[in-house]
Amino acid sequence: MLVLTCPNCGITAEETEFHAGGEAHLTRHGPGASDDDFEKYLFMRDNPKGVHFERWRHVYGCGKWFHAARDTMTLEIFGTYTAQTSTVPQDIIDKITDRRPDWQKSDAR
Amino acid sequence: MSEPISALNGAIYNQGIAEILALDPIGMISIRGDLSAGYLKKPIKKITGLGMPEMRGINLNGQTGIAWMSPDETLLICTYAEVGAHLDTLQNSIGSNHALAVNVSDARAVFRLKGKHIREVLAKLAPVDMSPENFAVGTIRRTRLAQVPAAFWMVDAETAHLVCFRSVAQYVFDLLKTAAQPGSEVNYYKR
Ligand SMILES: [Zn+2]
Repeated sequence: MLVLTCPNCGITAEETEFHAGGEAHLTRHGPGASDDDFEKYLFMRDNPKGVHFERWRHVYGCGKWFHAARDTMTLEIFGTYTAQTSTVPQDIIDKITDRRPDWQKSDAR
Repeated sequence: MSEPISALNGAIYNQGIAEILALDPIGMISIRGDLSAGYLKKPIKKITGLGMPEMRGINLNGQTGIAWMSPDETLLICTYAEVGAHLDTLQNSIGSNHALAVNVSDARAVFRLKGKHIREVLAKLAPVDMSPENFAVGTIRRTRLAQVPAAFWMVDAETAHLVCFRSVAQYVFDLLKTAAQPGSEVNYYKR
């Protein structure tokens, strides 16, 4: 079970109080995009064994979205951070490299 | 004029380890917008006599109160009869600013839990640390109760108020009755 801390209201709760929103930091390709880009945006997702960036919503709590960095294998949460960013904050990257020295930021898109 | 009646019309359960009472309708106004803005803080102060609550806080003053619901949402609590007047006060102050105040009283059901075991009755149903250190008077928690959303706060050491959607009032009453059934004390928080 995942234990997440919502950065919007500061509550730490187990995952049943939240709802997963899929992979984070996707680039949206909308009207006018090429078919390839649009297909990638709609359907193509990373499925790593290890570090993963995700969107989550505090659905039974404050109702707000946020981002989480976690390990898909060990279920370790490296950290949660604001939804108002399209890049991973440096302090989250530091936490990940602290725990996974071999992990490269370029592994994440 | 029709008479406002709560979903469960005063249903009470007092055979268990806590008393569960479906309260008569109370007034609730949902306010969304920039909570630091004067056009929200001022009318709230005027209505409740209270300041804007801190994150996860609820400020109570008798029948009225103001609860923090999210970074851009707060809930004003008052008597059912006062809602119209308070809405006018709020809307006059908001004017054309980007904020919203809406009467949600009839969308909700309210319960009162009473007794020394209410912390564990709630702890059985919600993923919340109900220890007195973590969940004190003055804190409100939005969470789930088994399978539905709910919010609750402590009124005093042995009283809690809980709100849920009116459509699930019976479900929540049944949940609370089950969690409070006779002989189901855990005594986890009594050390
Ligand atoms: Zn939250």
